[in-house]
Amino acid sequence: MVDFGGARMIEVGAALPERVFEIDRGLLVAYANASGDQNPIHQNEEFALSVGLPNVIAHGMLTMALVGKYVTDWAGGSASVKEFGARFVKPVIVPAGQKVDLTVSATVSEIEGDRISLTISATSAGVKVLGMAKVVVIK
Amino acid sequence: MLNPDSVGRTFKGAETITVSQSQINSFASVLGETNTDVAPPTFSIRITLDQMQKILSGSEVNLDWSRLVHGDQRFEIKRPIKAGDSLTCSSTIESYRVAAGNEIVTVRGDLFSASELVVSTWSTLVVRA
Repeated sequence: MVDFGGARMIEVGAALPERVFEIDRGLLVAYANASGDQNPIHQNEEFALSVGLPNVIAHGMLTMALVGKYVTDWAGGSASVKEFGARFVKPVIVPAGQKVDLTVSATVSEIEGDRISLTISATSAGVKVLGMAKVVVIK
Repeated sequence: MLNPDSVGRTFKGAETITVSQSQINSFASVLGETNTDVAPPTFSIRITLDQMQKILSGSEVNLDWSRLVHGDQRFEIKRPIKAGDSLTCSSTIESYRVAAGNEIVTVRGDLFSASELVVSTWSTLVVRA
């Protein structure tokens, strides 16, 4: 058992509070510039449609980065993450002029010494976008 | 098609990339992270993806980067990346298979600061048929 900010204890099965991030085209451009991933499927609707996508889609790594922010806010900062893995099962679809949600929640799945494993749920517009998402933090 | 002789091989990136505070700041800012003492946990993708593209799309490996989809991603972080780190990236092609015409390749990227392993990453990349 680990201290959970005083109010609750961390134990296997405990749920972290859900959080909703908003994603729009502007954020995709900002992430493209910050990450160096300028693939046009994340910015250019005409191009995205031409390669068979339903619309512009978010970078899978942006989704992962936001999940990372969710976890590090809980665990105590960017240095807390030791392992992080996820499968990109469905894209986050970002139509022009709209803000779409990335809704993230997590459950404590394992505690081993000071290492806490979290199983992550991430959805957008009600669709699961990450599969087998797991983070190990030291808190 | 990927050169089958490259599977199992490790390719060393030719470049040393020095991480700047402004790179960390801009990555953190997208996420709304205000503490930039160290980089956010997925920051290393900024380095590994670019290095992997240079290695994998070169003639020795010959992966078609233009039809690439990111299938999954995993990180093992030995320590967080900080401004001033000078990192080299080696890429190992761990597995390769073709399913329904799609090429599926798993690439491990190891980021080193001199001889210290800082981050290992695994990326499954799918070249769509």
